[in-house]
Amino acid sequence: MKTTPAVQLDTVTLKLGQADFFFDCTLAAGQVTAITGPSGSGKSTFLNLVAGFETPDGGRILLEGRDVTGSHPGERPLSLVFQDNNLFAHLDLFTNIGLGLDPGLKLSAAERQEVSDALARVGLAGYEKRKPGTLSGGERQRAAFARALVRKRPLLLLDEPFAALDPALRLSMADLLAALHQETHNTILIVTHDIEEVRRLADEVIFIDAGTILFHGEKRIFLTHRDDDAISKFVLPS
Amino acid sequence: MLTRAEQTRGLAAGAASLLLIGLFVTLPTAALLMTAPDGLGQTLFDAYTLSILRFTLLQAVLSTFLSVLLAVPVALSLARRSRFPGRIWIIRLMAVPMGLPVLIGALGLIGIFGRQGLLNDLLTSAGLRNPVSIYGLTGILIAHVFFNLPLAARLMLAGLERLPPETWRLSASLGLSSWSTFRFVERPALAAVIPGAAGLIFMLCATSFTLVLVLGGGPAATTLEVAIYQSLRFDFDPPRAVMLALLQIALTAIILLGLGRFATTDRSAGGEGRAPKRFDGRDPAALAWDTLVILLATLFLLLPLASIVVSGWRADLGRLITMPAFRQAALTSLSIALTAALLSLLMAGGIIKARSAIADRRHQSKHLAAFSTALATLSSLVLLVPPVVLGTGWFLLIRPFGQVTSFAPFLIAAINALMALPFVMRVLEPAVETHVARTRRLSASLGIGGISRLRLIDWPGLRRPLFMALSFAMALSLGDLGAVALFGSNDLTTLPWLIYSRLGSYRTHDADGLALILGVICLILTALGTVGHKEKQ
Amino acid sequence: MRKHFAFSLAALMLAALPLTATAQDKKTLTVYTYESFVAEWGPGPKVKETFEKTCDCTLNFVAVADGVALLTRLKLEGASSDADLALGLDTNLIQEAKDTGLFAPHGIDTSAAKVPGGFKDDVFVPFDYGHFAVIYDSETIKTPPSSMKDLVEGDPSQKIVIQDPRTSTPGLGLLLWVKSVYGDKAPEAWAKLKDRILTVTPGWSEAYGLFTKGEAPMVLSYVTSPAYHMMEEKTERYKAAKFSEGHYIQIEVSGMLKATKNKALAEQFLAFTLSPQFQTIIPTTNWMMPAAATADPLPEAFGKLVEPSKTFLMSPEDVAKNRQAWIREWLTAMSMN
Repeated sequence: MKTTPAVQLDTVTLKLGQADFFFDCTLAAGQVTAITGPSGSGKSTFLNLVAGFETPDGGRILLEGRDVTGSHPGERPLSLVFQDNNLFAHLDLFTNIGLGLDPGLKLSAAERQEVSDALARVGLAGYEKRKPGTLSGGERQRAAFARALVRKRPLLLLDEPFAALDPALRLSMADLLAALHQETHNTILIVTHDIEEVRRLADEVIFIDAGTILFHGEKRIFLTHRDDDAISKFVLPS
Repeated sequence: MLTRAEQTRGLAAGAASLLLIGLFVTLPTAALLMTAPDGLGQTLFDAYTLSILRFTLLQAVLSTFLSVLLAVPVALSLARRSRFPGRIWIIRLMAVPMGLPVLIGALGLIGIFGRQGLLNDLLTSAGLRNPVSIYGLTGILIAHVFFNLPLAARLMLAGLERLPPETWRLSASLGLSSWSTFRFVERPALAAVIPGAAGLIFMLCATSFTLVLVLGGGPAATTLEVAIYQSLRFDFDPPRAVMLALLQIALTAIILLGLGRFATTDRSAGGEGRAPKRFDGRDPAALAWDTLVILLATLFLLLPLASIVVSGWRADLGRLITMPAFRQAALTSLSIALTAALLSLLMAGGIIKARSAIADRRHQSKHLAAFSTALATLSSLVLLVPPVVLGTGWFLLIRPFGQVTSFAPFLIAAINALMALPFVMRVLEPAVETHVARTRRLSASLGIGGISRLRLIDWPGLRRPLFMALSFAMALSLGDLGAVALFGSNDLTTLPWLIYSRLGSYRTHDADGLALILGVICLILTALGTVGHKEKQ
Repeated sequence: MRKHFAFSLAALMLAALPLTATAQDKKTLTVYTYESFVAEWGPGPKVKETFEKTCDCTLNFVAVADGVALLTRLKLEGASSDADLALGLDTNLIQEAKDTGLFAPHGIDTSAAKVPGGFKDDVFVPFDYGHFAVIYDSETIKTPPSSMKDLVEGDPSQKIVIQDPRTSTPGLGLLLWVKSVYGDKAPEAWAKLKDRILTVTPGWSEAYGLFTKGEAPMVLSYVTSPAYHMMEEKTERYKAAKFSEGHYIQIEVSGMLKATKNKALAEQFLAFTLSPQFQTIIPTTNWMMPAAATADPLPEAFGKLVEPSKTFLMSPEDVAKNRQAWIREWLTAMSMN
């Protein structure tokens, strides 16, 4: 059975200032793919292209088989979680998450319940009226997950989502993410520079260096990959 | 998060600023109160004072409301169009009205909205028989909006640009419509800035003097400031002047309290310090609206300035620039402006340091919280103290100790510094808060402190707001005439003073030319103050 | 930041330096006056040059904004003032100035003074005068008002800019002029005139600026104003309207302070202000009429000026006594809708 790939970057080129980028890859649905590589390599640019914050100079981007190359971020079938500032600081959690369901915040009773359920699912039951400023960093990221949950988009993009958290918290958040993935079976792209996170979460790995994909394949192969200097340096703890 | 020593130093800096400002204001006030009045002195609350009071508040409330209301779409459109052609120059242009002596601005406005102005010419040729009259409340409102809309728009724009860049990605990714973006993102950001901006503008309008008289059309349009000036200069009744000034401060403070708050409460965490890329407003209707709003605002701002340029152009600019009196006045003005701006920055620095030291404490005592509020309040309310009161009071104080003229430059600089303080605070405090929130943990964890922190962390992070505050304060001081008049001596001539003295001797063309030059200097200053902003594009 | 601060302080001190560097050996006579008197185009520089030739002294002008500021400054300084003389008060300020007790009788022969209305005073010496007048733009107004009555009752669409009597001397002058013509009926006159008044400015400069920018075809100024335009701008466009009732006069005076340490020199200067050398300087620099005989005949332009048929001048005592009440009266009349 041949399913439609979740993400397809078809000979995508982009020039930002002095940096050139070239991406060509296909990601299967339902997988967790770690986008990794040295800093400045183009991990975030890859994500920005998928999310629609950058428009390619050439090539096509297909999500769920649909060409979205020129479309607005809001029209793409995806949810986003950044490293920080995932919530509107002046709005309470209910509103923040409710906006994920309807950008005009016109919510039915069922949808309101859905928001509360999502909060409960990420361990923030009863936090509806709390403002982001009163939460810890981990709680804020949980709330961001809750919003991704209610949005029910087939694709979830995460940009270094745990980088600002301490190691113990990172572990529990990774567990939460894995559990949510078990429930929803969505496709996840996670940008990370942490090899432990790659080990813990990924099915597949895309390794980017100097604006292009150096490696794309199963995690198992990536972790034992010794042919390339850049990758070995990254995988082996120094 | 701060060390104990840093805490103490912060509090000390705040206390020093408070003491300095307090003494600078109360000493001359006391000196004036102790002079015996010339005549019998009139009762303070009579029908005359009450009617002036009513008009002062009426025009100030209306002016503030209009300035802020009209600034909202301008700020929103400018924020949304981060690549609008000439955007940086439009923003710089917005600082020019601040630096113009009010009379010059008023003459520019009259060139457009006056009886013989461009607008009426157009309306007359379009067949209208009774063109608009600028004289009366309308004129006062137009003028106040001209001077204050840019200020409000700039403050709001800064508030919007301080939102973290993720905000815009998030709202794009969530598919928020223009209306939802306004409702959930822009409106709360503006709401954090508006009370402060409105308070500032209210104080500026409440103390407006020349504009109100020139455009008011008659004595029905009189502000308290006129009465203060009259009782000090014409009737020589200093205690009455002080009482009126106190009345002005008290009433305005009450109104401001009623407005809600007048301290900067904008504590939004910052992003990466660049004008964030926006993904909204792509549809043609939004683009058309933004273009229209920006063009209208620019036109409203530019036309009166252009009329100043046009009349200034007729003057013999070459001769004006090369005359020694001009060079002397320019040097004096710039030295005073620089001193005033730096002094203002120092005071603001002390206040901000103290406030952030207090905010940083886990357990806030009531006294410290009150101290913090007092600092914020004071730094705003100084705007209400009439410079003529300060100047006269200090004249009395210094007089026994020698030549007032040799102290005069410092006094003028100090008075200007005080008048600029609220503006400097508005620019600096949010920037410092954002910067501190961003770097505090990191600097503390790396153990970076002292000079190296200043050089490596604070200077690069705060350079831009510092320059902006500096240029703002300098522009304000450059345009000030009020503080100079009393000390006037042949050797202490500032640019506005030079303009007024030409105007006072039939030399209108010279005055026009000098006004143009002063405007250009202000524009250059703001351009310098916003040099870093080019990096955005 | 500190470094820049120090730099700008140094710049300020340099700017203030010339103030202290005055000659020590010669006697210095300090004269407080108003700003436009000492401007480079004003009488100040020539007066200084001429007087210093005869006195073996240094004449030092200290200038403040205007005549009112001059009196305020003297009041603030009191008996410890550095001023030997004050030059530039006007007739309306005389009483207030005398009440300060700071001035001393001049004791000089003022018979040379020739001022309409025959002003005489034992403390203050007149040095120039000017009649107030409505100046109009002859390109816009073909038939100017020929009397105060004309002005008050004329076409309200032809506007005039006046000054505020609360903050300016010409404004007070017009108030007294109307009072002189209309007496008790002044409030009614103001109520009528109100419709013709475009706006009321805080001082002369703002009003005249509006006038020359063409905003209003008429402005309250002086009979002598057209002379400036004729001589400096070579235009006869701006003219004074001659009022049949007569014109109110402003006489500018100087006086000696009691506390002066240079009494003889101060008296010498007061006498000098009535001399032909001083008087010749006045017309084309201060744009006022000389208060005594000049050495040369007046320039041609002055011959073309309006000559008031009657001069109004209220006694300083009356003005001081009634000023507040009359201003209130004016405010009430002008604020009524």
